[in-house]
Amino acid sequence: MKIHIKNGRVIDPMSARDEVADIYVAAGKIVGNGHAPADFHANRTLDATGLIVCPGLVDLSVRLREPGFEYRATLESEMLAAAAGGITSLACPPDTDPPLDEPGLVEMLKFRARNLPGPRVYPIGAMTQKLEGQMLTEMAELTEAGCRAFTQADAPMTDTQVLLRAMEYAATFSFSLWLRPQDVSLAKGGVAHDGAVATRLGLPGIPALAETVALATILQLARETGARVHIARLSTRDGIAMVRAAKAQGLAVTCDVASTHVHLSENDLVSFDSHLHLVPPLRSLRDRDAIREALRDGSIDALCSDHTPVDEDVKQVPFGESAAGASGVELLLPLTLKWAREMEVPLLQAIDLISWKPAQILGVPGGTLAVGSCADICIFDETAEWVVTSRTLASQGDNTPFLNHPMQGRVRYTLIDGHIDFEAPR
Amino acid sequence: MNPQLTEDGRLRHLLTLDGLPRAILMQILDTAESFMDVGEREVKKVPILRGKSIFNLFFEPSTRTRTTFEIAAKRLSADVVNLNIATSSQTKGEAILDTVDNLAAMHADMFIVRHSQSGAAHFIARHVAPHISVINAGDGRHAHPTQGLLDMFTIRRFKGEFHNLTVAIVGDVLHSRVARSQIHALTTLGVPEVRVIGPKTLLPTGVEQMGVRVFHDMEAGLAGCDVIIMLRLQNERMKGALLPSAQEYFKFFGLTPEKLALAKPDAIVMHPGPMNRGVEIDSEVADGPQSVILPQVTYGIAVRMAVMALLAGTGNA
Amino acid sequence: MPASLPDVDPLIVRLAGAIAPTITPDTVIVGIHTGGVWVAERLHAMLKCSLPLGTLDISFYRDDFSRIGLHPQVKPSNLPFDLEGRDILLVDDVLHSGRTVRAAMNELFDYGRPASIRLAVLVDRGGRELPIRPDFTGLELDVPAHQNVNLSRLDDGHLTLSLA
Repeated sequence: MKIHIKNGRVIDPMSARDEVADIYVAAGKIVGNGHAPADFHANRTLDATGLIVCPGLVDLSVRLREPGFEYRATLESEMLAAAAGGITSLACPPDTDPPLDEPGLVEMLKFRARNLPGPRVYPIGAMTQKLEGQMLTEMAELTEAGCRAFTQADAPMTDTQVLLRAMEYAATFSFSLWLRPQDVSLAKGGVAHDGAVATRLGLPGIPALAETVALATILQLARETGARVHIARLSTRDGIAMVRAAKAQGLAVTCDVASTHVHLSENDLVSFDSHLHLVPPLRSLRDRDAIREALRDGSIDALCSDHTPVDEDVKQVPFGESAAGASGVELLLPLTLKWAREMEVPLLQAIDLISWKPAQILGVPGGTLAVGSCADICIFDETAEWVVTSRTLASQGDNTPFLNHPMQGRVRYTLIDGHIDFEAPR
Repeated sequence: MNPQLTEDGRLRHLLTLDGLPRAILMQILDTAESFMDVGEREVKKVPILRGKSIFNLFFEPSTRTRTTFEIAAKRLSADVVNLNIATSSQTKGEAILDTVDNLAAMHADMFIVRHSQSGAAHFIARHVAPHISVINAGDGRHAHPTQGLLDMFTIRRFKGEFHNLTVAIVGDVLHSRVARSQIHALTTLGVPEVRVIGPKTLLPTGVEQMGVRVFHDMEAGLAGCDVIIMLRLQNERMKGALLPSAQEYFKFFGLTPEKLALAKPDAIVMHPGPMNRGVEIDSEVADGPQSVILPQVTYGIAVRMAVMALLAGTGNA
Repeated sequence: MPASLPDVDPLIVRLAGAIAPTITPDTVIVGIHTGGVWVAERLHAMLKCSLPLGTLDISFYRDDFSRIGLHPQVKPSNLPFDLEGRDILLVDDVLHSGRTVRAAMNELFDYGRPASIRLAVLVDRGGRELPIRPDFTGLELDVPAHQNVNLSRLDDGHLTLSLA
């Protein structure tokens, strides 16, 4: 299959390119950027006039809900949704049922995913068996089975000694650990950011300290062990400052935030809408503004959707009893564009946060339109306006705080490995 | 948009006092005043809610509050059905909506809801048919609006006005829906100084943003007060990480005659009940001349009658 | 029908004259809020009743409650005497459908069982929807259904009737 993407505005953060050009795809690779290779005869020409052509998005946290939670969403539905969101590679956290703590489970997931259309699926392995925080998993075996990194996802890490051992062991093989900083005791019983809004609403709070105290431990252990650590889902201003300082001191640490937290804050909780029950909790406006600024100055390396489709039943309950999490693969791009518009950040920089940079954190090909790289491409209409509804979302999870909100920016085509895996209905 | 109000600004549900306009609070208090004598008549009833079905939907047990709502509803001639639904972790969420749908199918006109989760009444109000009104009888730590209103009614009866008062709320504000409702009502009604007094473990983060002054020293906090509201300290919180012991709590934050003497001579003492004598309040104070704790209970019925009458008369019930 | 309505004071005097022979030591006068209370206050003074004046707010007894809701300014009913065995003179300003009087009688019975109730109205404008008739009437008018007869009180206490 040879594809000619014609006349689009090509944005490639890796090479800092932003210009109108043609892209040529053949045999799963990008074979031409600007100039057609000799004897190129396209099977299909995509007219990208007025559209943006960028690397396919790389999402660092997408729950596919298999195995174990198929009633919430299936691999098939969520991979399709991710493709519809322009995502061509995704990292899948291990908090499935059973958790991804054995090579067999990882191989099965990879096998299932490979036989379905949609993004490349990169499992993140469980750091401890059953995610219980006690015994290490066979990280080396899991890596051979295809795991790109190891994490506890949102499962608690109560034993600091185990965390130290995990870092030492991971450092032995240069494996990467993805850790979400949250002190279990300080977060106990909480469902919302411990601040003026939770106080007013009588919601048990999770203090910002739960993040910073855990983060201090993680950073100190990383310094000591030399482990490669990626900080997942930062949510507080102070946490960002700590990571910024650690980077300045030369610690090889990266971090990401969820796209929801770039736009929402505790102030949005006033209606007790359980769709706003997220992990980590939506913090104060001050924290949100710090996230927006840190994305601009590069202190935060990547934006992810933290896609967590859940059944409507577990959201149709009072806030404190509801399941946490939001569906998000189809909103990653429009929410990133919204931030860029509001902060007057160039598209090139915005797209970097959801393509090239996360591809580097994950350590996978893609995230660029360079000639010779794999043909993972997202073509979108920056100005297209649409409204988020259960009809406009392909995900089986309609659980998003942005339900019924207008969005700007919609994917037209998603190419994965040179195939058109998603094409918007005209 | 306030989910409690109709498009033309009348009361549709009573979920919280947060954000309710002063005019509506005053209307409820004035209406309650007109219900005050119904309990003293030969026939202790008015026919205003004749033929209406009111369901007491208690997901968290409370005989006291349920009874006052029941008496209030019956004095308005409504039919009252009591449902005590114990919430277990297995049957939580779905059970609520199922219960609500089932009762709505039985032609309910009003739900009086108590639940251990903050926001539960909002949640139910969002799901009921347009003709059904919801009254929050206490949700988690969030709100207990009829208690807040009856406290305002009590203060007005004894003090006449709000604009010249200093009011102190003492104790476990962190876990108290009553305190939250009182604070919103007091600030809306124009009380110039609302104080909260308690140890740091029992005062929630950012409480001062609700418009109150924070005191950790009870003696300083009580000085010059016109109204002292004592909060109940739950048994399970008397010993542990929040407080070392009930004895130490009483010594520093219990209301004794000596501490009461620091407030204005004509200060009144209130308590939402049930009291823990010797923990948050000394019996001598609870039964003393400045205590208005029993009148609070009496007024609670008139206030709840007023709320129900106003809700039922919003035109859709 | 008259272009302007007559003065109120002579009407009340005439009404008092008609009522006077029926007054007993057990008679209590009860006015219905708001206009009925104004008329009842005058009658109470003219007839030199020994028992205090009673007032009724029938808001909680209206049959149209669920349609129109609670009147914004409900005033408490005030019956500072035992109703048991009394002869009640119920006073209202304008008698129209009869529904207000029905509600008032229901409310009175919730306070006790009077020996008798008689009805005095300043104006009977016709248009009855219930089998209720006044015992004493100051003025009879035939007013079309779409019009209202209103009694209002000026700042100096003077009462006037108007047609709207």
